[in-house]
Amino acid sequence: MIANYGYKDGSGEYYISIDTDKCIDCAAERACLTACPKQMFEIIEDDYDDQVAWIKKPNCRTLSYDCADCKPSSGYTTLPCITACTPGAIKHSW
Amino acid sequence: MITAGIDMGSRSVKVVLLEELDVNGAPQLKYGVKKVHIMMPGDLDQDVSAEKAYDEALAAAGLKREDIAAVFATGAGRGQVAFAKEGVTEMTSGAKGAVFMFPAARTVVDVGAEEGRGMKTDAEGKAIDFAGNEKCAAGAGSFAEAMSRALQMTLKEFGDASLQSDKTIPMNAQCTVFAESEVVSLIHASTPKNDIAKAVLDAVASRVCAMVRRVGIEGEVVLIGGMVHNAGFVSSLKNAMGVDTISLPDMPEYISALGCAMIAAERQH
Ligand code: SF4
Ligand code: SF4
Repeated sequence: MIANYGYKDGSGEYYISIDTDKCIDCAAERACLTACPKQMFEIIEDDYDDQVAWIKKPNCRTLSYDCADCKPSSGYTTLPCITACTPGAIKHSW
Repeated sequence: MITAGIDMGSRSVKVVLLEELDVNGAPQLKYGVKKVHIMMPGDLDQDVSAEKAYDEALAAAGLKREDIAAVFATGAGRGQVAFAKEGVTEMTSGAKGAVFMFPAARTVVDVGAEEGRGMKTDAEGKAIDFAGNEKCAAGAGSFAEAMSRALQMTLKEFGDASLQSDKTIPMNAQCTVFAESEVVSLIHASTPKNDIAKAVLDAVASRVCAMVRRVGIEGEVVLIGGMVHNAGFVSSLKNAMGVDTISLPDMPEYISALGCAMIAAERQH
């Protein structure tokens, strides 16, 4: 399942999407958990009893601020979460 | 076999008791055994409301707790249903129920009191993509209700009024407090109520549509949740999504509870 966590507000659309099918047999040893400096990722059991990553609830409402350090206004080329998740499960909408 | 699905919404509890019949060796679902919908009074805790709604549903169906093979819960407050065997998310239960009602449904839009979300589903009713808005309820029923109160209308009157308007007035405010002041400004500018109602419902629809567009619009579109009853909102949503038809189930607020009871039945096999 592609799970989109985040929101749209007056300033833009801020979603992190996770392809949870890739998390089931994570080939990156759950690297998202340690790569994110804000520790926003968490492993949960989904409705089909699979262990998958999601974004912690409080962060889902503050993504644009939480990720600001990784996304300087001068631009960025890589993000720690995306680099660490070698299966390519993580995408950012902004 | 009878299973129960309990949808613990933010303001009400919906219960569906579902019977699986054996018809010539093939299991067939009879979903109308009993459905009960109770509003959650402010003085009752969610767990007490769940017990009350479940007991009412059982009493109305002439059943006892021991007659039920499994109780599953869904909705934001599913963790409060202590007697449920399992909990599933609103995405999983909503997609399941919507595809049961409309087998060709592939895009499911769920707009309840406090939350809206868009889902893409497969032919089995398994949610394969979803998006909500975790930050605010401006894409949900309570927002429209607050604005209808500002116009001293019921939500139903508000929806009907919006259908009388063909004006497009953009509303920029993203939160209820600012939107209310925008509505007050429109009232002071002597904007007809019909046009204000349409502006508000267009704004809600546009926010819901943004979530649906994240997952993509595909196949038959089904709207579930309490906002199905608001004809003005349905019309605004159709326009926002650019679709000719949106399928509307006849018991929209029960679809998640129904899907939940179906999942409970499937997992007993
Ligand atoms: S998000 Fe990436 S690193 Fe984290 S569990 Fe899923 S596949 Fe593994
Ligand atoms: S961009 Fe940075 S803060 Fe945001 S999720 Fe990725 S690693 Fe975490």
